[in-house]
Amino acid sequence: MATSSVSKGCFVFKPNFKKRKISVPVEDYFNKGKNESEDSKLRFETYQLIWQQMKSETERLQEELNKNLFDSLIEFLRKSYSGFQKSSRDWGCQIKLREIPTAALILGVNVTDHDLTFRSLTEALQNNVSPYVVSLQAKDCPDMKHFLQKLVSQLMMDCCVDEETKEGSIQVAQKKTHCSMDSLSSWYTNVTRKTDPKMPRKKRTSSSQWQSPPVVLILKDMESFTTKVLQDFIIISSQHLHEFPLILIFGIATSPIIIHRLLPHAVSSLLCIELFQSLSCKEHLTTVLDKLLLTTQFPFKLSEKVLQILTNIFLYHDFSIQNFIKGLQLSLLEHFYSQPLSVLCCNLPEAKRRINFLSDNQCENIRRLPSFRRYVEKQASEKQVALLTNERFLKEEIQSLLENLHVYHSNYFLVLRCLHQFTSSLPKYPLGRQIRELYCTCLEKNIWDSEEYVSALQLLRMLAKDELMTILQKCFKIFKSTSEKQLGSTAKRIEEFLAQFQNLDEAKEEEDTSGSLSKGLQKTDLYHLQKSLLEMKELRRTNKKQTRFEVLREKVVNFIDSLVREYLLPPETQPLHEVVYFTAGHTLREHLNAAPRIALHTALNNPYYYLKAFATVVTAAEKMDADSATSEERNEIIHARFIRAVSELELLGFIKPTKQKTDHVARLTWGGC
Amino acid sequence: MPHLENMVLCREPQVSTLQALFGERHHFSFPSIFIYGHTASGKTYVTQTLLKTLELPHVFVNCVECFTSRLLLEQILNKLNHLCSSEDGCSTQVTCETFNDFVRLFKQVTKAESLKDQTVYIVLDKAEYLRDMEANLLPGFLRLQELTDRNVTVLFLSEIVWEKFRPNTGCFEPFVLYFPDYSIGNLQKILSHDHPPEYSADFYAAYINILLGVFYTVCRDLKELRYLAVLNFPKYCEPVVKGEANERDTRKLWRNIEPHLKRAMQTVYLREISSSQWEKLQKDDTDPAQLKGLSAYTHVELPYYSKFILIAAYLASYNPARTDKRFFLKHHGKIKKTNFLKKHEKTSNHLLGPKPFPLDRLLAILYSIVDSRVAPTANIFSQITSLVTLQLLTLVGHDDQLDGPKYKCTVSLDFIRAIAR
Repeated sequence: MATSSVSKGCFVFKPNFKKRKISVPVEDYFNKGKNESEDSKLRFETYQLIWQQMKSETERLQEELNKNLFDSLIEFLRKSYSGFQKSSRDWGCQIKLREIPTAALILGVNVTDHDLTFRSLTEALQNNVSPYVVSLQAKDCPDMKHFLQKLVSQLMMDCCVDEETKEGSIQVAQKKTHCSMDSLSSWYTNVTRKTDPKMPRKKRTSSSQWQSPPVVLILKDMESFTTKVLQDFIIISSQHLHEFPLILIFGIATSPIIIHRLLPHAVSSLLCIELFQSLSCKEHLTTVLDKLLLTTQFPFKLSEKVLQILTNIFLYHDFSIQNFIKGLQLSLLEHFYSQPLSVLCCNLPEAKRRINFLSDNQCENIRRLPSFRRYVEKQASEKQVALLTNERFLKEEIQSLLENLHVYHSNYFLVLRCLHQFTSSLPKYPLGRQIRELYCTCLEKNIWDSEEYVSALQLLRMLAKDELMTILQKCFKIFKSTSEKQLGSTAKRIEEFLAQFQNLDEAKEEEDTSGSLSKGLQKTDLYHLQKSLLEMKELRRTNKKQTRFEVLREKVVNFIDSLVREYLLPPETQPLHEVVYFTAGHTLREHLNAAPRIALHTALNNPYYYLKAFATVVTAAEKMDADSATSEERNEIIHARFIRAVSELELLGFIKPTKQKTDHVARLTWGGC
Repeated sequence: MPHLENMVLCREPQVSTLQALFGERHHFSFPSIFIYGHTASGKTYVTQTLLKTLELPHVFVNCVECFTSRLLLEQILNKLNHLCSSEDGCSTQVTCETFNDFVRLFKQVTKAESLKDQTVYIVLDKAEYLRDMEANLLPGFLRLQELTDRNVTVLFLSEIVWEKFRPNTGCFEPFVLYFPDYSIGNLQKILSHDHPPEYSADFYAAYINILLGVFYTVCRDLKELRYLAVLNFPKYCEPVVKGEANERDTRKLWRNIEPHLKRAMQTVYLREISSSQWEKLQKDDTDPAQLKGLSAYTHVELPYYSKFILIAAYLASYNPARTDKRFFLKHHGKIKKTNFLKKHEKTSNHLLGPKPFPLDRLLAILYSIVDSRVAPTANIFSQITSLVTLQLLTLVGHDDQLDGPKYKCTVSLDFIRAIAR
């Protein structure tokens, strides 16, 4: 698409529908122009399946997390609605009735997530409170007229769908031209009167209990509304409140002070504001990570780098769960797209089935995997030969390796959670407060080599008895929740430890001094801890005899240490980890954290990039009639067009030639321009 | 008119002036009357009760609701229609686009039998909104009597003085009537008037006396005082209900209610907590300090870089650009201390308010205050935009200026301090 004009301006291009229809099926993009043999179709299907599962899981999580908030909101709405109904002759009620019940909903600065929250909120309200739920955005309401128009059209649309009356919709069209609060309230009385006898037949049993359900108006982004619109609307609707029961919900991203900043006292005195706070987005992230990544439910895993990039974007840039999940989706897609062996990234039985159908090419791919090569090198020489030459033997071996990988993961997460229980209560959090930090460290390297781990163990050796016991109990629960064979014994061990501690209690230590010492150390700062640590060492040197509690504690810590050393090996040590781990952090960063200024800078420094970009755009635009000319011929034409366009731009003054001396090769090739 | 005097308290001179202006039903009245006074000084109430009790044909329109002139004019005509054809019961919607149409239609409507030979009153409440509508509207209404040649009087109610209304081109001068603020005695009288039926008037009057003693210094708004009176009355009665005190035991009652009212002044009066929450507190008898008000939630959780962007924006807004080199560069060379600051810069920048700064300066400061290297990624730019939508920064100038946009930081020092922690 191009025009002959070079002037600055907008041109309308009507899309050519004929061309659009020749679309490639999506899974074909997975081919990468290579041969079919790498199961691209299967990979795409697997991707879709896993993504669907992950998506539904996140949606379920979201619902669960929002439930508390929504319940309290609905409770508030119910209460304030019953306030409307209380048409008592009560003294004082006449004055207070003028207040519009308002819920100030603080949602945090992650604006991109709000849409989803509001959508589910609307649904919940429509099911539980009132069919009349309207949500407005600031950009739709620059003034009162648009505000009311939007309100009316949304309300009446809802209602028309409800009643399936055609007359209503015709009226809407007429009324759209002039809608005022008067017409709105008369519409409301009409509708409620009309629907009253019909109500019992409706499905919405809970809302039908109420004769005249209130109208709930959600203002999605309170901050962006102009003062005047809000003010006027609140004044008007408070005057109509007796015939038009309105409830407001303010969506606030920052802090509720914004209400005072937007509304003068005369207006805010018309509202009866109650505050509701949603879950912090960091907690939300923790749950999402917990349910999507720290589990064997989904075979797909992220490498340390990728996880770090995703969490960094979340913590440093936007706090947006939606974006995080998008990033996760992208890495999933990228993994299935770029790694041919990702066909095996599915649940274990299915993967075993698929191994049998692996092509020769794929077997070769497996042999080329670095982790597999390392594994082979460790084997006896006959086995090495067999693995490298015999396909059937290889396939059997892969089956067992995959099984090992699966077991590795299930153990890994259990031990990780257990270790997190221990380290999350330590002062100063040497291994991080959140499990994701611990997970990142464990993914990166052997955690027991790090200084933090050593200091954490030191601190663990100083835990008081009751603390230690609560932690052990939690760990016991973690281990008991699964029925893994190997770790079943671990649960038993922990139980034994617990019993021993209990016995200690019953046996009544004669050495009270040590007990009181350890109890005194419960929570102090690092400096004091180190000091007392030194003291303890001294003490131990002087009288080497330890109390029974100390011996036992030492045992527990050593036990944990051995668990960590055995099960928290970094994934790189596992053969075939490439199948499930996505490692290409740089592509992810390129896609998610683009740097326009840097790109621009490189482009401006080197005209060759211009040319490339130009060529790409032109070929994309003219792709369909590509077959007419050979590629070389086309390249030349594109060059010529590029040079001409550059000189046209120069003539118009958009670009300027540098004073740099032209390279003589370039001068010879390009001539004057 | 003893009936009217009972209903309208402390506004006798105004009422008598208005009655004198209205005259007999068939008399032509003054074409336009402008009534102004502070919030809750009884303008609307007095006019409404006067017109109702005298049973004069009138139309009452609130200008806030009519955000276009068309809505305003149509509403007046429709109500008039309703007024004269209430016996028939039929009412058709009138469409009226311009003031010219209005005058024509008004003439038609007022031909009706029921409106003949008596003054029709049009009351425009919150008349200050008329100024924002078409320029011909206000002068038109001012001389509606003359334009329509009908017996009509337009009353304007406003909180703003007439001088602020007068158009440049000149207009018909209305009769200006001022409603002064209620004095403390007036307030006492009016508030005591609506005592609850269960208690004696004296008991309630004593309560109002205490209430005014606390609130009169901060609030003279009658509506607000009434609201507070209703809200806190149960607490006042509490000792009487419990049987601990007599209705005449003023001193005891005062000791009970006074700290309560003072707390109310800091919370409910400012709408920090809502009336329903306040009532619940009263019922449960818990300490209001437990319930945090709206302003208590000042903390805003921001992403890591957003915090730095905001801090950088604050620095850019309140420091002169000259000093950037000194503050943010490692080797900035020597600066003579004596005349470093120019004279006008010696006044605190916080008193002058934030100054606009270009995007590049913001980024430069950002790079120097963040410890690690920051790449100018698209995310950073989108964060700046989202800070603008959150109203923590504002875009100065037109938003279609794509290269070199300028911003201002709108948050306070306390906010920045809380973030920087």
